[in-house]
Amino acid sequence: MRGRVLVVDDDPALAEMLGIVLRGEGYEPSFVADGIRALSAFHDVRPDLVLLDLMLPGASGIDVCRAIRAESVVPIVMLTAKSDTIDIVLGLESGADDYVVKPFKAKELIARVRAQLRRGESEQAESLSIGDLVIDVLGHQVARDGEPIGLTPLEFDLLVALARKPRQVFTREALLEQVWGYRHAADTRLVNVHVQRLRSKVELDPENPTVVLTVRGVGYRAGSQ
Amino acid sequence: MQDLTARVSSELRDLRSRLRAVPVTLRQRWRRSLQLRVTATTVLVCGIVVVVIGLILLTQIRDQILQVKTRAAIAQSQNGLRYAESQLAAVDPINGDDVRTTLDRTRQQLTERGGPAGLFYVVLFARSGADSIPVAEFNALAVSVPASLRAEVQGGVQSYQLATVDIGDGAPVTSLLVGSPIPSGIGDFELYYLFPLDQEETSLGLIQGTIVLSGLALVVLVGAIGAAVARRVVRPVRDAARTAERLASGRLAERMKVRGEDDLAVLATSFNDMAASLQLQIRQLEQLSRLQQRFTSDVSHELRTPLTTVRMAADLLYASRGDFPAAVARSTELLQAEVNRFEALLNDLLEISRYDAGAAVLEAERTDLRALVDRVCMATHSIAARQGSELVVAAGGPAVVAEVDPRRVERIVRNLVINAVEHGEGLPVEIAVAGDEHAAAITVRDHGIGLRPGEAVQVFSRFWRADPSRSKGLGGTGLGLSISLEDARVHGGWLQAWGEHGRGAQFRLTVPIRSGVELTHSPLPLVPEPLVTAAERS
Repeated sequence: MRGRVLVVDDDPALAEMLGIVLRGEGYEPSFVADGIRALSAFHDVRPDLVLLDLMLPGASGIDVCRAIRAESVVPIVMLTAKSDTIDIVLGLESGADDYVVKPFKAKELIARVRAQLRRGESEQAESLSIGDLVIDVLGHQVARDGEPIGLTPLEFDLLVALARKPRQVFTREALLEQVWGYRHAADTRLVNVHVQRLRSKVELDPENPTVVLTVRGVGYRAGSQ
Repeated sequence: MQDLTARVSSELRDLRSRLRAVPVTLRQRWRRSLQLRVTATTVLVCGIVVVVIGLILLTQIRDQILQVKTRAAIAQSQNGLRYAESQLAAVDPINGDDVRTTLDRTRQQLTERGGPAGLFYVVLFARSGADSIPVAEFNALAVSVPASLRAEVQGGVQSYQLATVDIGDGAPVTSLLVGSPIPSGIGDFELYYLFPLDQEETSLGLIQGTIVLSGLALVVLVGAIGAAVARRVVRPVRDAARTAERLASGRLAERMKVRGEDDLAVLATSFNDMAASLQLQIRQLEQLSRLQQRFTSDVSHELRTPLTTVRMAADLLYASRGDFPAAVARSTELLQAEVNRFEALLNDLLEISRYDAGAAVLEAERTDLRALVDRVCMATHSIAARQGSELVVAAGGPAVVAEVDPRRVERIVRNLVINAVEHGEGLPVEIAVAGDEHAAAITVRDHGIGLRPGEAVQVFSRFWRADPSRSKGLGGTGLGLSISLEDARVHGGWLQAWGEHGRGAQFRLTVPIRSGVELTHSPLPLVPEPLVTAAERS
């Protein structure tokens, strides 16, 4: 088994098809059809990844996303029928790590799932610093003055990517490839939203960032010590 | 100092232009203001009436006064004539001095008599042959008796006349003169009564002044009333115009105030009824259109979930098609291809519905159009190669940077290139980019069958196909060019087509360099140059 995936989707046909595809790739899927039971199913299954449909009966996908994120850093990939900016940004802001827009190809979905589950694999023991933070890569720990800061794996990877090359300015596209695993151009809003989330956790004053700096017109870079 | 001179001269220029504008604004006001016209017309008509009535009145009064005066004067003169006659009858005709004295005494007597005709002077003439000796209080009086009157009197007729007479104090006065011959045995005598009309003139002047003054007052009053009435009528009309303008600009809740129950109130009420009915209908239409757009968008969204399932199932089948018998394997391929087409159609429908809903947002940024065209050519290169077409981008020139939404412009160019490849019959497809300080243009030219007359407009219609019998080629959705047209419009740009049967077609996209600027021209011609010159030569 390569990992447990909780599929939160109210459409039985799609859920079943997702199950077939996931099983075909060696994952172990579980299903829940509405938002209200999603959290208890999450507790029972303890999945490695959540596939979450944004349009759900009962609680909305956004609410479920927030509830899961409140107690866990498990990767969440949204399934959305809306390609409108506002819905996607709202989903990402409520804690989702990535999203796929319906109708997606099976390969596309598997690529997203794989990229999220690959996090934290085969990392070498190293210690990095960015701004006034110290990162223990193998231990997945970030600390300021010995105080640990809780980050999701995605936020952690984003921070590590920036910290590994402190002099380099990363374009959003480069970060998409390195952190999210997109081979071709994808939605740069993913980067913007997650940089905001990351800043809200690691910066002392998110309005005046010192850890993740914006380079206008280009992208982001690490702040100096 | 120089500053001051400049300011003064600029202010002078300002003043001059303002002065020149005065007649213009006046004419404009005359043309535009009903109130001004009504008031002016009222004042004019009233003025004419007042002048005419005043003149008639004045003439009548004058005639009346003169008539009374004349009657009294004639009576006085008759009276005097009898006295003079009796005096002269008593004169001894042998002694000339005696006659003279008698005449002097008579004149004095007559002057002292007075009468109801007021102040007067008396002049007597004693005539012998061609000479006539005047007898008067002072000489000027005798001189001022007009010759025409004297001629009539000498003819033996009593007569009267109006004349301007100098009565000694320098100012000539209009006077009534009554002359009569005095029948006498001792010679020819003439008796003239001279009544200065200065008193009458004074009272006539007073009356005239009163008439003019009251006439003026009347005109002003009528003018003011006209203005007030016109204002009362015009104000609601102006209100209505203003309200109508506001309604037209989309403020549908705008209404007129209804005062009282008169005709104007009826106007306001009808106007408000009309506005209410308009508002209702527009609201209904808006709601209907919103519902429809919402429906299209919902349908597109709702279709996506089952389509995802179908697609994943098709992917799965397609991946293992090698294990199937030939017919099933082919079916799987068809399924896969058609699901792709279905998805493209759905995406295009959703895009169109977004435009129809007015929900399309332009995310403009400075973009190099040459680089964008190169990108599109790279992406469509393999499709073109499959059709046997070569993509030829006109070389050279500086970068053409315009404020556009790169995603949309890329979509337009991709659509145009694929469209050209599809209809290019394997011949090269030429792409050109050009720009100047106002606009940027991209043309895509193919050498296929071209367009028939009228098709250059039709190609942008939804689901329109050049030739229904032809294969659908690359499997476009039939919405590509419609979306491209909307994409161009949202930039404030143009998307135009030219084509001639058998000579290929050219599509031209023109966008302003800065977003929000109105286009006036395109840096590239719509009709390809060699064709223009060929047509001109032939």
